Amino acid sequence: MIEARDISKAFDGRTVMNHVTATFEDGKTNLIIGKSGSGKTVLLKSLVGLYEADSGDILYDGRSVRQMGRKQRQGLRQEIGMIFQGSALFDSLTVEENVRFPLDMFSDLSLADRREKAKRCLRRVNLDNADSLYPAQISGGMQKRVAIARAIVQEPRYLFCDEPNSGLDPVTASVIDSLISEITHESGITTIINTHDMNSVFSIGEHIVFIEQGNKLWDGNQDNILQSDCPELNSFMASARRLMEIGK
Amino acid sequence: MMLIDTSLAEVGKYCRFMYQVISKPEKWSVFFRRTLDEVNKLGVDSLGIVTLISFFIGAVITIQVANNLDNPFIPKYTVAFAARETIVLEFSATIVCLILAGKVGSNISSEIGTMRITEQIDALDIMGINSAAYLAGPKIVAMIISVPVLVVYSIFIGIIGGVIAGSMTGLVPLDDFIVGLHFTFKPYYIAYSLFKSTLFAFIISSCSSYYGYNIRGGALEVGKASTQSVVISCVLILMVNLMVTQFLLS
Ligand SMILES: Nc1ncnc2c1ncn2[C@@H]1O[C@H](COP(=O)(O)OP(=O)(O)O)[C@@H](O)[C@H]1O
Ligand SMILES: [Mg+2]
Repeated sequence: MIEARDISKAFDGRTVMNHVTATFEDGKTNLIIGKSGSGKTVLLKSLVGLYEADSGDILYDGRSVRQMGRKQRQGLRQEIGMIFQGSALFDSLTVEENVRFPLDMFSDLSLADRREKAKRCLRRVNLDNADSLYPAQISGGMQKRVAIARAIVQEPRYLFCDEPNSGLDPVTASVIDSLISEITHESGITTIINTHDMNSVFSIGEHIVFIEQGNKLWDGNQDNILQSDCPELNSFMASARRLMEIGK
Repeated sequence: MMLIDTSLAEVGKYCRFMYQVISKPEKWSVFFRRTLDEVNKLGVDSLGIVTLISFFIGAVITIQVANNLDNPFIPKYTVAFAARETIVLEFSATIVCLILAGKVGSNISSEIGTMRITEQIDALDIMGINSAAYLAGPKIVAMIISVPVLVVYSIFIGIIGGVIAGSMTGLVPLDDFIVGLHFTFKPYYIAYSLFKSTLFAFIISSCSSYYGYNIRGGALEVGKASTQSVVISCVLILMVNLMVTQFLLS
């Protein structure tokens, strides 16, 4: 379980995260939803420590990040996997090298074992035969799979995904969503996903946190999201639904 | 005042960045491999441009000196001597490094900058890797290794350019040229040249890494940062050159 306690963050004096408190549950796909620019990425990056929050604390299964020293934070990072919005694969490495990269840097396994492990992760995300290609040579959907494989290769306890299906066609998007959801459930990890996609909300949203302009306004699940008493959420849901109907 | 404030803040940020860069690599084998790659990319790939420039400037220096010393009382070998001094002391170290600041500096800052805006640096950080050291360390070491070698090479090619220009124009025959090359030759000058080029290599690689690493925003910023890193590296090279010359040669 990951707990965010009273997190605030400002950039150049402009508050973008305003006293956010939220919990993200074990073995579940936790969604952070909100409009573009509402602060989802900032919240996610504050949770993992890529941004240092100005105030507040974050607890990973009760372990307070504030009280951790450099070494311990480094150790915590080994338990975290993250998928970035643009995949963030290393351009100069092949698909297999990308997935193997965390192992190459940190594990004492032999090269053969590391390759085997990377291959296993690539198979897990249904990506065979792309091992020796470079990121620029594969499609956006495939890049996302490689990013997932790279994020899970060290068997993380916590998985963070920043808009994992943005920029993908609806079919590929839902494949990526279910892949993340399956991985979450089969290994019982705590997964947090940023999204503004209604399909994701209703297909994989087990626990949902809604933020707007840096404020957490609501949390719940897909069963009660349509009956919320939060006007901002209702208007967000209504406009999203209108868009979906136009789509149909 | 504002200007001084912001420059001081920048220097502070640069020092913090360098402090982060100078730390033990996560894995030495990875560090060595990356350093070799960078020597290849930053050093070996610069051989072409260094050859081209050194040859022609060596030739031009020789012709110009010869034309300016066109006096029956001055022995011909003086031309080779003067050309040698110019090439060793200033051209091969300073001018070649200014050109490398343009070529290598913009390459480094745009490469690291692109990694920043595409979140590849975040990806390194999240794995628990010291991204500044991982990215900039091998580049700085590679430049410190390669640039002095390039400088010696440039001196060599520059002198060949001079020899060929001198013989082909008939201004300085080969025999006179060789006498001039040996005339009051001070190995200390070569050491001086190599020393300052090592400083320049550090300036180019660390400045451009710093500017690339600290990009905020999008693709436009990558272009801006790479221009900025080239300008700042050049200014620093010129300033350091002045100081080093003052301290070591006078
Ligand atoms: N590094 C940064 N520096 C300054 N402002 C930022 C930075 N990152 C995000 N912001 C601002 O924070 C707000 C929230 O951004 P973000 O979290 O990226 O939104 P989203 O919900 O689309 O992910 C935006 O107004 C953005 O301009
Ligand atoms: Mg975002």
